[in-house]
Amino acid sequence: MSMATATAPPVERENYLNKHYGVGSWLLTTDHKRIALLYLMSITFFFFIGGFFALLIRLELLTPAGDLVQADTYNKLFTMHGMVMVFFFLIPSIPAVLGNFLVPMMIGAKDLAFPRINLLSWYLYIIGGVMMLHCMLTGGVDTGWTFYTPFSTAFTNTKIVEAGLAIFVAGFSSILTGLNFVVTIHRMRAPGMTWSRLPLFIWAHYATSIIQILGTPVIAITIVLVAVERTLHLGIFDPKLGGDPLLFQHLFWFYSHPAVYIMILPSMGIVSEIIACFSRKRIFGYGFVAISSISIAVFGFLVWAHHMFVAGISVYAALIFSLLSYAVAVPSAVKVFNWTATLYKGSIRYDAPMLYAFGFLGLFTIGGLTGLFLAALGIDVHVTDTYFVVAHFHYIMVGGALMGYLGGMHFWWPKISGRLYPEGWARLAALIVFIGFNLTFFPQFILGYVGMPRRYYQYPPEFQVLNVLSTAGATVLGVGYLLPMIYFLWSMRYGKPAPDNPWNAAGLEWKTPSPPTTFNFEVEPVVTWEAYNYEEIDAHPDQEAPSVG
Amino acid sequence: MSDSPTVALHTEAHNPALLHHFATEEQQRDSANFGMWIFLSTEVMFFGGLFCAYLIYRRWYFGDFAAASTSIDAKLGGINTAVLICSSLTVVLAIWAAQTARRGLLLAMLALTMVFGCAFLGIKGIEYKDKFNEHHVPGASFSFHEEIPGHPGQYANPQHAQIFFALYFIMTGLHALHMIIGLGLFAWLLWMAWKGRFTPEYHTPLEIGGLYWHFVDIVWIYLFPLLYLIDRHK
Amino acid sequence: MFDNFPLWPDRASTAAGNVDALYIFLLIVSGLMTLLIFTAVVYFAARYRRQQGVQAEQIEGSTPLELTWSIIPMFVFMAIFAWGAVVYFKGRTPPRDSTEVYVVAKQWMWKLEHAEGQREINELHVPVGRDVKLIMTSQDVIHSFYVPAFRMKQDVLPGRYTVEWFRATKPGTYHLFCAEYCGTTHSGMIGSIVVMPPAEYEAWMSGGTTGPLSATGEKIFAELGCVTCHRNDTQGRGPNLQGVFGKPVQLADGRTVIADENYIRECILDPGAKRVKGYQPIMPTFQGLVSEEQLNALVAYVKSVSQAGTAGAKTAAVVPPAPAEAPSKGSKVQ
Repeated sequence: MSMATATAPPVERENYLNKHYGVGSWLLTTDHKRIALLYLMSITFFFFIGGFFALLIRLELLTPAGDLVQADTYNKLFTMHGMVMVFFFLIPSIPAVLGNFLVPMMIGAKDLAFPRINLLSWYLYIIGGVMMLHCMLTGGVDTGWTFYTPFSTAFTNTKIVEAGLAIFVAGFSSILTGLNFVVTIHRMRAPGMTWSRLPLFIWAHYATSIIQILGTPVIAITIVLVAVERTLHLGIFDPKLGGDPLLFQHLFWFYSHPAVYIMILPSMGIVSEIIACFSRKRIFGYGFVAISSISIAVFGFLVWAHHMFVAGISVYAALIFSLLSYAVAVPSAVKVFNWTATLYKGSIRYDAPMLYAFGFLGLFTIGGLTGLFLAALGIDVHVTDTYFVVAHFHYIMVGGALMGYLGGMHFWWPKISGRLYPEGWARLAALIVFIGFNLTFFPQFILGYVGMPRRYYQYPPEFQVLNVLSTAGATVLGVGYLLPMIYFLWSMRYGKPAPDNPWNAAGLEWKTPSPPTTFNFEVEPVVTWEAYNYEEIDAHPDQEAPSVG
Repeated sequence: MSDSPTVALHTEAHNPALLHHFATEEQQRDSANFGMWIFLSTEVMFFGGLFCAYLIYRRWYFGDFAAASTSIDAKLGGINTAVLICSSLTVVLAIWAAQTARRGLLLAMLALTMVFGCAFLGIKGIEYKDKFNEHHVPGASFSFHEEIPGHPGQYANPQHAQIFFALYFIMTGLHALHMIIGLGLFAWLLWMAWKGRFTPEYHTPLEIGGLYWHFVDIVWIYLFPLLYLIDRHK
Repeated sequence: MFDNFPLWPDRASTAAGNVDALYIFLLIVSGLMTLLIFTAVVYFAARYRRQQGVQAEQIEGSTPLELTWSIIPMFVFMAIFAWGAVVYFKGRTPPRDSTEVYVVAKQWMWKLEHAEGQREINELHVPVGRDVKLIMTSQDVIHSFYVPAFRMKQDVLPGRYTVEWFRATKPGTYHLFCAEYCGTTHSGMIGSIVVMPPAEYEAWMSGGTTGPLSATGEKIFAELGCVTCHRNDTQGRGPNLQGVFGKPVQLADGRTVIADENYIRECILDPGAKRVKGYQPIMPTFQGLVSEEQLNALVAYVKSVSQAGTAGAKTAAVVPPAPAEAPSKGSKVQ
């Protein structure tokens, strides 16, 4: 039974949540923590929209015939699922929610470098989101989220320009967030917070921000070119007018490959924080893990054409990109080894955040290993554009990025909301997600190798059994995602008030009240200790962490 | 308990422009400058995609691009280059004026910068009008029948020439859009200078505005030879 | 015909075995790696479960270990890369005497024409044991010709030719899928590859045809007036096309290119782009005047005047016209 938490909370201390009331105080806030919550609500909304489309896709794929929706509708479903999930959920999610909330606190700052730009960032996201919603409600897009030319510029008559502009605007949101983080991390660290004392969460977000800054403008200009070509019937990408469709693919993937590292790096940062805390020790090989984040960001810009091995590029180009793709796999592998080694001789607890971290380790390992298959030219020829690729990227983005996000939400929920979530339900949800996820996506590896192409609305009957398994898994997975929605909301009203540091975790963010005050720190902290100083923390247990929330 | 900000502030007087989440004016100024440089790097990548497309097509369709390039007015383009370089000079002088508390010069240089910017846009407008009249604007009424420089009797492929003009309009159009935004920015700076907001100790908006203007200038310095001067010696 | 619940695709080409071998190797490596990580995580999680009075041991790291588990994977990855590259290279290099089939993809069907002239829609009959090379283009958007049983796939692009090849090893009927999303009926753009024993194939071949593709091409060549400039001697205003195909060509702008399918196609549609040295820029463009099928026939014809006759095989490059040149000795195409 915990000692530090009272059953009836005293008169509520002033914090960032109750400092001002009213819609205006939220919509015009410059507090990074409030902006993080604004993002939390928005991206959760888009997650369920994207998830709803996924549900319809999997329902259609229960039977070989196209009998639930029409072909054009199905094509719109997978397109919108991809666009919403990539641009309006995965790319913002961790940086905009947990990054915004935690980056200033972890480095001992009062806010990000540019709080008003941070708010602008959210408004741009909302504007882009509204444009995308409008586009979906008035007909949608059917090009696939990759909108290859000349189909997207000269053949389809769905709303490409509108969807493209929505993504363009949301892209600016991403750029500004990255810009804010880089300047903040460089210039606003508290005294004593040297680069080598930074939490790995910060290193991960720094690397992510570099990609956001340098990569996103390229897809922005690609969207502009597609929009102009489509509207004015130009020939930049249309071979009938002298253009080259492969130029589009190069420009598109030059961003969209680094984009996948935007989606996974922050999650890796979270996993580092969680594993350190729940093993009560410093991450093994801190320096290597930090540098591997930067390496992934840099190398990630050099491998884009591995999406184009059968697109018509030269054999020699294919060789180079295959080689470089193996190079970028090494730092990811290094991280997995380091996290595993951290567990050795740790003192491990199985709280929900740690269960998500374990799930991440397993699923990211599988996802990453299947990347090796795809980078092998001989195999890629067979499995590209099939469900093998679909399974691969869902293992990384859902099994990896989303698991990390959920783990992080659970880990920092007490800090963000001042409440404890119900631990029993959280562990159950983690288990359901893990099982549901594997059931959904593992059959898809097999489906891909036997030859089922992606974006198929109808398929030969011998593929049905595997598809049914996958759909069954998807329903389980859906339940697993609904549970946290429900109990997080429940906890905001009925959850136990959280102590300042329920996990006895290291990190400056835990030295603030739960929830924190608007300016985070009453007195600017001066850092004299290394990151993950668990030995020191455990030598002075001033607060028992509650065993179950 | 009130959420008082860091003890360092409000016990000592500070410039009203210092924002509360910064510890010192120097931190704020450094952050603003750094932020603008990062923003400019995103602009480099943004224009970079266009330059990439342009360079690829220029290599593939060199003759056609040369023919198209010859048909745009390099004299006007050259004048515009000089105009922009002068405008960058006035920007630098404006910042110097702020650093040395010369209010009159500051206002004059800011205004002159805007005049140069408008001149640039005006000349650009003339060029665009010329292209429109010659039916060199891509689209339904596009027509191009010019010889490839150095190859008398051989005519440029109009499809490839249209790609040149598409890129020409997109690149210079995007640049002009940035100029317009720059003008808006400088109008705001002019207003702030008029209100006396800038001192030798604080004129960060001028500095970062200036950075932006110089960047727009540099993009033009690359655009001009690439677009206007292909194979001109022929 | 097909299994009820396949977990592995049919292996019906020479490439399939190579791809499967690498795949199985990767399955083993990945399986071992996954087992290793899973076991380590589960074991450590259980063994080092929090206990009263037991502190975690702060281990900073180990540079030798870091180097080991960076360098060893790097070597394994390089081995996988090399193996994959070899398989890929073989799969991308059509053997010299492959039977050729021209493929035109369009929304949402496959049109195929054998060099011998047979036309098929959404079906391709091929003999066992013969190298077959597909020369493919699209009429509209990007498609992709995918035969899982052969482990081969190649995007089919508008505006140019792409090529893939296979040698079927097992008679049977195998799926043909379009693997690049192309619009409404992308998933309906499927067909079959029918692999037949050689005797059966010959029987099927002899059942009605309009004559070889190259003969069709020769007709078009005459109808469109190409023959007026591209004569069989050196007096024409255009280069003699005998023996041109597959050989280097010197261009007016100084470059040298190989006269492959894409070059022939480009010359017909955009004559100024890669004009041959020594000739005037007078060839008109045929863009919009020839269909993809007609282009295929013309390409087949140009190929055929390079394969037949000894003079064609000996000519190294297209020669600029010279006043006293011996007449070409190439025999006419049938």
